[in-house]
Amino acid sequence: MTSSKYLVLAGVTVCAAAGDSLLSRGMREVGNISFHHLPSIILAILNPWVALGIIFLLGFFASYMTALSWADLTYVLPATSLGCVLLALIAKFALHEQISVTRWLGIVLISTGVGFVTRGPELTHNSSREKIPPRPTQALAARQK
Amino acid sequence: MTKEIYTWGAISAIVIASCAGDVLLSYAMKQVGDVGELWRRKGLFAVMGRILRNPWFIGGVLGMTIAFYSLLFALSWEDVSLVGPAAAALTFVANAVAAKIFLHEKVDRRRWIATLLVAGGVLLLAV
Repeated sequence: MTSSKYLVLAGVTVCAAAGDSLLSRGMREVGNISFHHLPSIILAILNPWVALGIIFLLGFFASYMTALSWADLTYVLPATSLGCVLLALIAKFALHEQISVTRWLGIVLISTGVGFVTRGPELTHNSSREKIPPRPTQALAARQK
Repeated sequence: MTKEIYTWGAISAIVIASCAGDVLLSYAMKQVGDVGELWRRKGLFAVMGRILRNPWFIGGVLGMTIAFYSLLFALSWEDVSLVGPAAAALTFVANAVAAKIFLHEKVDRRRWIATLLVAGGVLLLAV
């Protein structure tokens, strides 16, 4: 793993946490959406907080795609889960919320999981175009036989 | 009661759609190859062209879009402190199973332990 790859994983982590927080703030302003008024969910993206959240989520998407081009899905997901820890730390230090012992335990578990997976290889099969994995639909058909 | 049904229905939709989206995107990006290397050799437009022409990428984006709107729907009913961790924890486990079945990734003991630790930790954050 090079430092630029760690930077990409950090981009996934930070952008996802920031995007989710901004979406939450925006949707609190938009209010509850019921099934009878489902089209109004499209207009929710006009809310400035939701719009800013979407910009961060686009950053998340770009770095996530980059990470998936050189690492397994089962490596990228746990490795970038520090975003949840980041959200809790933002709540503690920026929003001055109280963090219970259970939440600290959750933070410890996530950090241990991240440390665990990032010490292993990021790719478990050859990703070259000559040796691409079977198509998902083929794998499904093979399992159904 | 309606609130619970809407919230958990939306969380289920997030898990299914994002799991499908993640698997399809991962498959598409393995076909595209290492983006950083491709960018250095052929430039940004070649990278974007190769990604956008990949049909699995389009399917992946569709899955992520459904997951995104399901997230917005869930957030309109419940706080991010419940929706985020619950959806993330379930998606971690679902993705590990899906990656093993559909992408043939070698999900060894290390990755299973990491996935379960993260999923458990995320759930504790929601308490």
